[in-house]
This record gives sequence, C-alpha cells and structure tokens, in this order.
Amino acid sequence: MNKFLLPLGIFIVLVAFLAIGLNLNPREVPSPLIGKPAPAFTLPQLHQPEATFAPKDLQGRVWLLNVWASWCVSCRQEHPILVDLAKRNIVPIYGLNYKDPREDALRWLKQFGDPYVLSIADVEGRVGIDYGVYGVPETYVIDKAGVIRFKQIGPVTQDVLEKTILPLIRELQK
Amino acid sequence: MIPELGHFALILALLVALVQGTLPLAGAARGSRAWIAVARPAAQAQFLLVAFAFGCLTWAFVSHDFSVAYVAQHSNSRLPLEYRLSGVWGGHEGSLLLWLFMLSGWTVAVALFSRHLPDAMVARVLGVLGLITVGFLAFILLTSNPFERLLPAAEDGRDLNPLLQDPGLIFHPPMLYMGYVGFSVAFAFAIAALLSGQLDAAWARWSRPWTTTAWAFLTLGIALGSWWAYYELGWGGWWFWDPVENASFLPWLVGTALIHSLAVTEKRGSFKNWTVLLAIAAFSLSLLGTFLVRSGVLTSVHAFATDPRRGIFILILLAIVVGASLFLFALRAPKVGLGGRFGLVSRESLLLMNNVLLVVATGSVLLGTLYPLFIDALGLGKLSVGPPYFNAVFVPLMVPLLILMAPGPLARWKHADMRPVLKQLVPAFVAALLLGVAVPLLYGGWRPLTALGVLLAAWIAGGTGVAIAGRLRGGLSGQPLHWWGMHLAHVGVAVFVVGVTMVSSYQEEKDVRMAPDDTVTVGGYTFRFIGVRKEMGPNYQAMVGELELSRDGKVLRTMKPEKRAYLTSAMPMTEAAIDTGLLRDVYVSLGEPIDERAWSVRVYYKPFVDWIWGGCLLMALGGIVAISDRRYRLKRRAAALQGATA
Repeated sequence: MNKFLLPLGIFIVLVAFLAIGLNLNPREVPSPLIGKPAPAFTLPQLHQPEATFAPKDLQGRVWLLNVWASWCVSCRQEHPILVDLAKRNIVPIYGLNYKDPREDALRWLKQFGDPYVLSIADVEGRVGIDYGVYGVPETYVIDKAGVIRFKQIGPVTQDVLEKTILPLIRELQK
Repeated sequence: MIPELGHFALILALLVALVQGTLPLAGAARGSRAWIAVARPAAQAQFLLVAFAFGCLTWAFVSHDFSVAYVAQHSNSRLPLEYRLSGVWGGHEGSLLLWLFMLSGWTVAVALFSRHLPDAMVARVLGVLGLITVGFLAFILLTSNPFERLLPAAEDGRDLNPLLQDPGLIFHPPMLYMGYVGFSVAFAFAIAALLSGQLDAAWARWSRPWTTTAWAFLTLGIALGSWWAYYELGWGGWWFWDPVENASFLPWLVGTALIHSLAVTEKRGSFKNWTVLLAIAAFSLSLLGTFLVRSGVLTSVHAFATDPRRGIFILILLAIVVGASLFLFALRAPKVGLGGRFGLVSRESLLLMNNVLLVVATGSVLLGTLYPLFIDALGLGKLSVGPPYFNAVFVPLMVPLLILMAPGPLARWKHADMRPVLKQLVPAFVAALLLGVAVPLLYGGWRPLTALGVLLAAWIAGGTGVAIAGRLRGGLSGQPLHWWGMHLAHVGVAVFVVGVTMVSSYQEEKDVRMAPDDTVTVGGYTFRFIGVRKEMGPNYQAMVGELELSRDGKVLRTMKPEKRAYLTSAMPMTEAAIDTGLLRDVYVSLGEPIDERAWSVRVYYKPFVDWIWGGCLLMALGGIVAISDRRYRLKRRAAALQGATA
C-alpha cells in the first residue's frame, strides 16, 4: 500500500459525506412536540376579540395551525399557497397571529386574503412559547385526538404541501 | 445590450480558458515551444475578457438596470453609489464573478511577473490556472449567470441586504477572495512541479512570494470580516466559530503552515512532499469553503441563498480538482528525495513542530465544522458544535505554537544547540514572567489564563527583541527585508494575543432599560441617556439614540447608536456607536423601545479589543515586507543575465 494514497483516501471519504450532506436539510430540526398533545390555551379571536378559541373546540377534527404575523416577510411567500388550500376545502386552517398589533393583522388579511377559519390573537407570544415557535411562519398538523403530527418550520411550499402535508392529512382523516 | 456583451465575454473567456488549460500543458509535456508560447497571451486575453464582463455588471449596477435579474435583487434606485459598486458582489452570482475576476487577475500577474522562470514551468502553472478557470466559468455560465434578464424589468430593485450596506463590507469580500484565490497560484506551482518532476528549492523560491501575498490578503480579509461582525451585528463579539468564518480560517491555518514549510524547502530542500501537500490542501480548503458557503449544507448566521444544483456543481468541481491533484501526488511523491537531513534539534525540527500543530489545529476546526454534517449523514441525529468545543480544542494547541515562536527564529538550521538559544532568551522569559504576573494583578484581578496569555505575548515579543538585539552588531540595516517581515508578523501575533486575552478576561457588558437622564456605568465609563429621535437616511429610516459618555464626571463625547429600518426590506439593523481607543473601546447599541420614553440599551467596555485587528494588520504587513525582499527580484535579474549570455 502506497502511503501517499492516504490523503486521497481521506478526501474521498470527505466527499462522500459532503454528497450525502447535500441531500439533508440542516434547518430541519425534529420538534419534541411531534406525537404529543397540542398544548392547551384559551385566547381571544382576532376578528371578534370578545369570543375565545381553544384547541379542544376542534376535538374530533384534523386541522392546521398556521403561525403568522403581518411583520413576517416569509409569510407573504407562503400566503398564496394557504389561500389556495383554503379554497380546496380539504382541511380547516386556523391562524395563530403572533406578536402582532390587531389593526396591522386585520389590514394584512384584507390586503392578501384570509385563508383562515379564524385567527387567534397571541399578542404577547405566550402560546408561541408553548408551541416552541422559533420563527414565523410555522405550521402544525393536529389530528382528531388533538395530537401534533407534523410541524413545518418556515414557509409551506407547494412541494411540502403536496408531498408531505396533504398525504398525512388524508391518512389522518380516514 | 451591455449585459449581453458581458455574457458574451464570459463565453469567449471560457473558450480562451479551454485553450489556456490544454495547449500549454500539452506543449510542456511534449516540448513544443509553439504550444508553450500560447500560455501568456491566453492568460492576458482571458483577463481582459473577464475584466470586461465584470465592468459590464458594474455598469448595470451603476446605471440601475433593473432588467438584469441580479441587479433587481441586489440594488435599489435609492442605494448610494458606493453600495451599488459593492453590490456587484453582494449576492451569489456576483461574488462568483468577483472570484473569477480575482483568479484571472492572479493568472495575468503570474504571466507578467514570471519572466525569470523557465517557459515550460510558466506554461504548466498557467495551464493549471486555466483549468481551474474553466471550472469556475462553467459554474457561472451553467448555474449562476449574473447577466440573466428579468423581463419585464422590475420597477425598482429589492435593495442590497442591509447587513452588507456597510463600509467594512465593501472591502471584506475582495480581500478575502484575493487570499482564497491567491492560494490557487501556490496550488498551480505545486501541481506544475509534480507534473514536471522538478520538486526542488527553486520551485519553493518561485512560489514563496505568491503564497505569502495570498496569505497576507487572507489575513486582512478575515480581520475585516471579524471587525465588521464586531461593530455591525451589535453583539460585541469578534469571532463566533461560525461555519462560514471557519471556512475562511481553515485555508489561513494551512496557509500559515505552508509559508513556514516553504521556507524549509527553499533553504534546505527538505519537507518537499509535505510542502506540496500543504499547497494542495490550502487551495482545496478554499474550494471546500466555497462549497460550504454556497451549498447550504451547514447552518450559519451568514444565511446565504442556497440552491442544491449549485452545491452539486461545486462538489463535483471540488472532487475533480482535489481528487486529481491528490492522485497525481500519490503517483509522484514516492520518487521525491528526502532533501537535506537535519538534527533532532534544529530550526527544521522546530518548524516541523509548527507544521504539525497547525495541521492538527486545522483538522480539529474542520472536524468541528463538519461534525454536525457527519452525524446527520450517519443518521445519528442533529446537533450543533459551538464555541465551547472550538475554544477547548483550539486554545491548547496554540499554546505550544506560541511558545515555539520565540526560540524558532533563533535556532540554527540543520543542527542547533538549544543551550545558547535558551540562555539568550532568559531575559525575555524573566520579563514575560513578570508581566504575566503583574498585568492581571494590576489590571483587574488575578486569573491564571490571563496571566498565561500575557506571558505568551510578552515571550514572543521578547524573543523578537532578543533576535533583533543579537543582530545589532552585524548592523541592522544589513538585515534582509524578509527577516524584518517575519519579525513584524510575529510581533503581530503577540499583539493579537494581548487583545484576545485582555478582552476575554476583562470585558464588561450590561443590558439595561434606560429612560432619559438614566445613567449606567461600565469599566469606569458612565453613559447618560438623552433620548431617541427619528432621522431619514437615503434608503432607510433611523431611530438615533443620544448618550453622553463621561468618565470621572468629565464629559468625553456624545454617542449616537442607531436602529435602522430599511425601506425595501423592513429589516431592522443595529448600528452600534463605538468610542475607539488604544487601550479600550466603549460600545453602545440600541435594543428595542420599551415604552414611550424608555429603550433597552446594551453597553460594553472592551479593553484592548482593537489590538486583535491591529495584530492581524501587523501580520499582513509583515507578509508584504517579506515579499518586498530584494532576493526575489535579484534572482530574476540573474536569470535574465543568464538568458542574455546563453
């Protein structure tokens, strides 16, 4: 064995790892909440602050919880996809309006369209902490028993929606 | 029209690069003078074409041509001229074009300043550089064309990332790239030597000035980046062991090993295989850095837009360039002789220790940087490796390296007797010990690590003093410039160590809520909050805070930290206000408004922090002084004379 081949050998192993690494997403961090019941809360609704919403109201249904804010730029990117999804009537989308003044949030929905059955106003961001939100937007798939089954960090893309979220929802709705 | 001309120039450049990468190499192998003669003109044509393309993109920025997609993404009609110019390399496509521009610049410099080298050698070097150029041109043309049109044109641009709208960032990428790309010349010399089989002292002498120049630029580039992070990110830190920072630091570490090992190869003919391997490694790590930064395989605070297609392309390029050169190394290295023998204790053996330490340090930084990727690839989970790992591994490796810096330059080549060397160093050691004990006690409290840092810095500076004193009798003016350069760079390391030691030991930081007339004190300096008012910049709105800085009741100055909101991206930016001094910085940055009158404010007291960058500047300056040495030019005249008489 030629000892001068050693650098080449090390390099080949390195390249193999880099090639595998290219197909992995380092930003995708598994959430400890997957498979756990969605944390309970009661918060006022955005449009009717006198009415409240709690996740247990949706017991027995599969639903999406989408965390959004008017100050969030990536939310604008995913918004058309959500509006489109809402029109298809597959799954109800509930919005968690995160750390947002009410007027700004309402204006934003008026401007870009409202895909949500209703939005919940989390002005202080408390619920966001319970749900482990570390960047807006985030989207949770919650099943009939109120268990979180999937979490998307960052904007929902058409690709993620068709390949991951919708098949999962169909499975859960059975 | 102009963007299309730029695009066309790049296509022509690719054709020229193909010629430059093949004919001269074939000519050198077959001994065909006509083919060898192609190398220089091809390199020159290549440079003109790439410079023209670069000019076209610059023009598109200056003239607000928002029909060019890249300009629309990275500029805005309100962006000031200096940032329109630096915006050229504010994104992926443009920074690759800058990389290419630098590469062709280095190539043409080799073509112009290598009259004293054998033609076949120059042909091989330019040929290897031509092949690298082909790779990067193909990358740009196939995946990252900066001249892509956007039709219909955007009404206005999306503006340059506000983080990049900063004077430090105008120069940081070009300096860094000058260093990165500069190692391609050292690499090309190494490959040319392997191809020709002439791996000798002459080869080392030829590649030394190029390597040192690249290293000096890389030093400056890294220092500028660190300085920028310090004042622009508003965190007060100067190094974060972020993957992108590490990507620039790895070639620097290997490059530092390389300039030392080249010295041995030139002076004594030893370490030949090792030097070649380091030259290959320095450039490979530059390419690896490009891959890590541009492909998004690692998470980083530098969130560059990423595209998997580009990642695959760079990975293939990396595999071909590095794989082929390591294969060539494996073929040729066994035939290379060992060169001059040296004793167990000699300057060679000390430099060998320097190299081993630097390479181990490189390996541990590389491991820490790629570890999350390895673990993820093996399906073992997700994790991140942070400063605790790097500090724990890196610092202990640097300590022996710093200790060696004092005896190293004093030891003789071939066979050294350490006793006289150590005897010479006794005063330096006593002074270092005294300072190491006194400084922490007098400055702000005893800490063993602080004492160690001060001791090491004083030891290096003392060693330099001893070396200079030792030559006093021989007349200092008689000392060659490369000798002065080395000592200047070593003093730079000492200055750097002082900065790092003092700032990490005695910095103070406070995060406070401040309403008008509130005061806060750090490190003996008192800030009085006056208020915050709104101001308009060219493309942003700023909240400008006003604080009065005083010490012992005497008002020193008013500091104005800003919080900017850029109009197009709504991204908030912090502009810290810093009062810079030789012995300390005081630093204030605005946080968030808490209520009508009060703001959260962060104040820092940073002793000796500017010594960190001052030290880097001295190191780079040392490199520049070293390459100005007459002997690199004398050889040329001698060679020219020889050519004339032959």
